[in-house]
Amino acid sequence: MPSYDAWNTGEATQIVASFAGRDGAALPMLHALQERFGFIDKAIVPVMAEALNLSRAEIHGTITFYHDFRDHLPGRHTVKLCRAEACQSRGAVALHRQMMEKLGVDWHGTTVDGAITLQPVFCLGLCANAPAALVDDEPVGNLDSSAIDAMIAEARA
Amino acid sequence: MITIYVPCDAAAIACGANKVAAALLAKLVPDISIVRTGSRGLFWLEPMIEVATPEGRIAYGPVKPGDIDSLIAADFLNGGDHLLRLGKPEEIPYLARQTRLTFERCGVVDPLSITDYRAHGGYAGLEAAIAMEGEAITEMVKASGLRGRGGAGFPTGIKWNTVRLAQADQKYIVCNADEGDSGTFADRMVMEGDPFMLIEGMTIAGLAVGATKGYIYIRSEYPHAFKTMSRAIEIATREGALGPSVFGCGRAFTLEARLGAGAYICGEETSLLESLEGRRGVVRAKPPLPALEGLFGLPTAVNNVLSLATVPYVLAHGAQAYADYGMGRSRGTLCIQLGGNIKHGGLIEVAFGMTLREAIEDFGGGTASGRPIRAVQVGGPLGAYWPESLFDTPLDYEAFAAKAGLVGHGGIVVFDDTVDLAAQARFAFEFCAAESCGKCTPCRIGAVRGVETMDKIIAGTDVDKNMTLVSDLCQTMTDASLCAMGGLTPIPVVSAMTHFPGDFVPAPLRIAAE
Repeated sequence: MPSYDAWNTGEATQIVASFAGRDGAALPMLHALQERFGFIDKAIVPVMAEALNLSRAEIHGTITFYHDFRDHLPGRHTVKLCRAEACQSRGAVALHRQMMEKLGVDWHGTTVDGAITLQPVFCLGLCANAPAALVDDEPVGNLDSSAIDAMIAEARA
Repeated sequence: MITIYVPCDAAAIACGANKVAAALLAKLVPDISIVRTGSRGLFWLEPMIEVATPEGRIAYGPVKPGDIDSLIAADFLNGGDHLLRLGKPEEIPYLARQTRLTFERCGVVDPLSITDYRAHGGYAGLEAAIAMEGEAITEMVKASGLRGRGGAGFPTGIKWNTVRLAQADQKYIVCNADEGDSGTFADRMVMEGDPFMLIEGMTIAGLAVGATKGYIYIRSEYPHAFKTMSRAIEIATREGALGPSVFGCGRAFTLEARLGAGAYICGEETSLLESLEGRRGVVRAKPPLPALEGLFGLPTAVNNVLSLATVPYVLAHGAQAYADYGMGRSRGTLCIQLGGNIKHGGLIEVAFGMTLREAIEDFGGGTASGRPIRAVQVGGPLGAYWPESLFDTPLDYEAFAAKAGLVGHGGIVVFDDTVDLAAQARFAFEFCAAESCGKCTPCRIGAVRGVETMDKIIAGTDVDKNMTLVSDLCQTMTDASLCAMGGLTPIPVVSAMTHFPGDFVPAPLRIAAE
């Protein structure tokens, strides 16, 4: 399970500064921030703009373009379910619906107990072992109802 | 001490390879040592473990942690007989029938051992390249007939020559490892199973065009590939294979792996460059070509993982050795990735020209569900849906294009007879709407209108009128989109409508028709 520090703009500013001198550093910066704090607080926008000599609008534009970057904390576990064609061919659509019903959430939602955030993803490169998912960066293949139940139970344990 | 090879490929881990490795260690330490390798690409057999015996490696699979006791009882450490025994891996028909050039080492070597890499022929290509002028390297790649494996099939040597002839103080090599197409995993396997080959290929590219810096842009959906690639770059730098003077030759080449952030469009080369520069992954208009004005406005060779990974073979064995494989203008080997509803999914590297049917029937063995195959989609989410009547088409760029399909990155996704092609056509639009960069109107708005219109067709509202509308919309997207995302989204839609018209009639009529 990933653990995050509470957002701290001072520390975040240091992270941004540590990338000084690297070409095109915005994405590496954002990844480092999200890895530490679990999300990107908008307080970092002027800091990054200053560091990269860009406008705040440009930084905001970059952050919001990419599916990965969040503006709030995720649940304790993030489950990324593959929605692409290979997984569809093995019944992923019905399986995803089932899982959402069990969890009472839609895509991008977090369960009430804060255990699981459900993310859609388009292809994990596990197409010969579909349906597939990433649970906190741990790949899981050949998913079925019972595997989903086990995954939920483990996440809530 | 007996060596056991256990894959650390993400697909093998998805099948439980880490648990198997842990169980082996728990039962057999200190009698064994475990070497983690890439995957051989026989994914229905994963986790497939291999034991080093005097007669060579003996494979067992698919192994579950619970099988270890019975394997020990069967003396598997000496190649003993067991229900899961597969024999020598290279003699398994699925592998024996392939021509593995790019994937020669994948699943065999420890991906992070540069010694292992050298022992299996690694760096022979770079050593040859170091003794050559940039022009000679470029000519050799051109003569091999190697074409871009990312999907467009553009001759790699010609692209390199443009970059080589461009005048600039700084040039770049960018590896497009944003393998976003559904049904593809060959790039991932290379990065997780044989990363030094990609590093070597990029270094050769740097020497050929006069670039001293390279970037590998890896999608964030591949955390394992990113980790392995980053470690391999560190090791190569430490060993002098990367740095201010590559193997002491006096020419510099350094590499950096960069992580994407979940945007399919960043597989489009200009969008990828924008993303590397730290901006929104919005497509650039071409011209200027990236070869002339690419990363940070400087000449840049942008190549796919497989294209770059194949270069060391060409340099080590000669252009002709590579060009001898293949058919027509498609030279060398194609790395087919078989996935979806298929019994024997995996990586199949063969010379261009094998038919689709051979791939899905002879190699794939039919569907995993046991039901009849109804459709296959070749070439990712922008590839055509084809019925059985087209299965005898050879896997070759031109042969596919002639039938309004595309080989793309070589991914084949198989569907059984439960598939609803109207739903798949709707999904093609939905995917485009979710992943469009938003720069051009046909793609940004067209995709949304496509979903709405498909919904009407599926609901049985004015079907004929709406089918005409979808055809018209597809024509507009094909003609007027800025890049392949909007321009090719009509391919899955139109192919589904053309080859499976029965799925587009209103549901009550469909029942009546059956």
